[in-house]
Order: sequence, then C-alpha cells, then structure tokens
Amino acid sequence: MLKFIIPLILFIILAVFLAVGLNLNPHDIPSPFINKPAPVFSAPKLTTPTEKLSTGDLKGQVWLFNVWASWCVSCRAEHPVLNELAKQQAVTIIGLNYKDEADDAKKWLDTLGNPYNVSIMDQDGRIGIDWGVYGVPETFVVDKKGVIRLKFTGPVTPETIQQTLLPLIKQLQAEQS
Amino acid sequence: MKIILLFLLLLSPIVNAVDTYQFNNPEKQAAYDSLVSELRCLVCQNQTIGDSNAELAADLRRQVYEMLQQGKSKADIQQFMTDRYGDFVLYNPPFKATTSLLWLGPVAFLLIGLIAVFLFVRRKKSLPTADHADQDAEKLAAARRLLTDKDTENLS
Repeated sequence: MLKFIIPLILFIILAVFLAVGLNLNPHDIPSPFINKPAPVFSAPKLTTPTEKLSTGDLKGQVWLFNVWASWCVSCRAEHPVLNELAKQQAVTIIGLNYKDEADDAKKWLDTLGNPYNVSIMDQDGRIGIDWGVYGVPETFVVDKKGVIRLKFTGPVTPETIQQTLLPLIKQLQAEQS
Repeated sequence: MKIILLFLLLLSPIVNAVDTYQFNNPEKQAAYDSLVSELRCLVCQNQTIGDSNAELAADLRRQVYEMLQQGKSKADIQQFMTDRYGDFVLYNPPFKATTSLLWLGPVAFLLIGLIAVFLFVRRKKSLPTADHADQDAEKLAAARRLLTDKDTENLS
C-alpha cells in the first residue's frame, strides 16, 4: 500500500507546484515602492510645455499615475477604460507620457479622448526609471501623503477598476492628509 | 564547406548590444562591464541589460554610465536599481527570507536525493543473502536432475 501512496503524494506535491507556477505572471514583479514615498518629479506638461507639474503640487489629494505612450499597443486597449474612469471624476489622473513624441501624444489624446487631468512629458525615460517603470502601461495609486499604495503593470481592466481601484481610492480619500 | 561555415557562425562571439560607453578610468570600465552583465533587463527578463537591445536596457545602461561618471560606487548603483525594480533586477539576488527557497531549494533537493540513494542502497544490502544461496543450490540441483534424466533417457 505504502508503495503506491508515496509516489502519489510526491506526484500531488509536484502537480501543486506546477499548477501554481503556471498561474503566476512572470511580468508581475512585486514593486518595491508599495508603501514608500512616491519618487519626486518636476516635469513639463504635455499641452503647455512651459509649465511644470511637480509631485508637491499633488500633496493632499489621492491621484492615479498612469504611464502611457502613443507607441504602446496595450495603452490603446486601456484608454477607453481610463476615459470611463475619468467621467466618474472619482480621482485625479496624472499621465506620464513615457518616451514619446509630444506631437504624436497630443494627436493620440485628440483622437481617443483625454482622461488625464494633466499629462507630463518624460521623453528620455528618466522619470520612468525613477518610478521603476518597465512595462507600459503601468498605473500607480498615490495617497494624500504622497505614498504609493498600489501598482498595476499592464492595462487596467474595468474589473480591476471596480473591484480594486475604486474601493481603494474611496478608502484613501477618507484618510487624513 | 557549408558545415564549416555554419560552425564558424556558431563560434562567432555574441556581440554585445550596440552602444558601449567608454571610460578613461579602467576601474570604472570594469565596474560598468560587470554591472551591465549583472543587471536584468526587465522587459526581456532573461537577458542582462548588457545583452539586450530593448529601450529600457539602453536607458538603464545610460543610467549606470552616468552614475559611474558621477563617482558612484558599484554598491550604490545596485542599491539604486533594487530600490526601483526590486531584487528581481539582480541576476545574483541577496539571501533573505523571500529568496531562501531559491537559494536553499537545490541543496534541499540534493539532500533528498542523497537520502533516497542511501536508503535504497541499504535496503539492497540488507536483503538476506542466505536465501540467495539456498535458492541457487535448489536451482542447481534441479538443473542437475534434468541433465541426468536426459542422459538416462538418451541411454535407454
């Protein structure tokens, strides 16, 4: 009897490991930024490059930081979802236009709609490096104190907005700044 | 001839990705070379930033170059990268609670294997050898009987 039970147990252990491994997303790297202060930036705005937006301007409010680019295919899939979120006016959405040409980016917002309160430009990708960006689109949730509370890699879906983002935003907005 | 050419092609060294930054200081050059071969390109994941042509890899090489030129040490740059991308960016991750399985896993499997071999060998050895001898003797006797029976048959 033992002769059959031991291989069976070994097989089950192996199968469990493989099943877990199959369901992990290798691109989902845990961000070291969670619950750390958001990296500071001060960057020109996309629409009015003479003006700058800095992290200090956003103190006291909950904001989404969405990294996007006109060359990014998944961003196109994500865009209507962000437009829908912007319509609800639940949260400030800041865009980081990552390694993009300003003209292309503006054209993209004109044709597909602009969900961002402000988009800032990061043409050489330095702000991206500071924020640990490696796969566009990425989305960060920053609380009133300027601390990063959540990070998504890849396009945000309506489900993640309903189930994760909106409840978190509500909770963060209730917090003291 | 074709085979030889193919072979030469296979032997040709893998060319490092495009831009190579030059340093006047050989120590910095060495630090740069070792850093770009130790940091993971997070877009392609199985390449170092020195091997990869991805834009992010190029940006990270530029970052490494600039930090070295500013006089930052290798440890500073590794810290800078792990602060932003986590331990995953290092091809040689540090030993801590979250990476213990990674480091100890192979040792554990080796131990399990050794124990299994030990148990297997011991069980083999402990099989009663006397039985073997008895069985052999019996078989031998049976064979002899057969032979002698045959002989007598032939004779008759």
